[in-house]
Amino acid sequence: MHLIIFIVFAGCCLAGAVNLLLQTHPINSALSLIVVMTSLAVLYLLLGAEFLAIAQIIVYAGAIMVLFVFVVMLLNAGREERTLGSRAAKMIGLPAVVVLLALFATVILHVHGFGVSSASQPITDTAELSAVLFRDLLLPFEVTSVLILIAILGAVALARLGNGDRTVSK
Amino acid sequence: MQQDVPLTWYLLLSAALFCLGIVGFLLKRNIITVFMSIELMLNAVNLSFVTFAHQWHAVKGQIFVFFVMMVAAAEAAVGLAIIIAVFRVRNTLSVDRIDLMKL
Repeated sequence: MHLIIFIVFAGCCLAGAVNLLLQTHPINSALSLIVVMTSLAVLYLLLGAEFLAIAQIIVYAGAIMVLFVFVVMLLNAGREERTLGSRAAKMIGLPAVVVLLALFATVILHVHGFGVSSASQPITDTAELSAVLFRDLLLPFEVTSVLILIAILGAVALARLGNGDRTVSK
Repeated sequence: MQQDVPLTWYLLLSAALFCLGIVGFLLKRNIITVFMSIELMLNAVNLSFVTFAHQWHAVKGQIFVFFVMMVAAAEAAVGLAIIIAVFRVRNTLSVDRIDLMKL
């Protein structure tokens, strides 16, 4: 059962990611990225991370991708033009990616200890996670809220019409 | 609940998604799609974090993914605001035309 669900949603993930590369219109790429993120949420459920699965759907597939789609529509982004791009990216980058993938696969498949599940309690539940998050890691959590606040202010300041000085002096 | 999927498969999927993200970053010419490729890479790394958290039953791994999500949300907000600002000045989204700082 787990195997079937894994194969289906891992296939969805890879198909969405490949589709992201093949599509020329940004809105199609955004929609296929939503497919990738939602399938990843299902994989998180398989791995016993319920809270992260819900957070993945709400934060990534919900908030971040809505932001992306909104910007694509706001800027009226058309099809991307197929230019040659940088030659260095094609000449060095793509072989480097292949080498990197081969390296990852070799390490994952051959290094001892990867994929061997230890045999203590099987599933970490949300109560345990929240206990650690709100007791042991309370300070990083609060610092994250400050980070989000700064990001909101920065986004508003950057995306505002014109620069700040001009609007103040007028 | 029997876990019958080998954990290496999750790690291989994570590596494949990461490499697809790099390919998208190198080949896509629209700045928004390049940014989406970065999000794809972040997701791939999150998947390997969750896999290792499951393997060693470590809650800290999942919490790290939570923080990565929060930072990614902040990054997306600021990055898209920068894209809007760049579009307002240069009136294009193609990365070939936004190459003022290129060597």
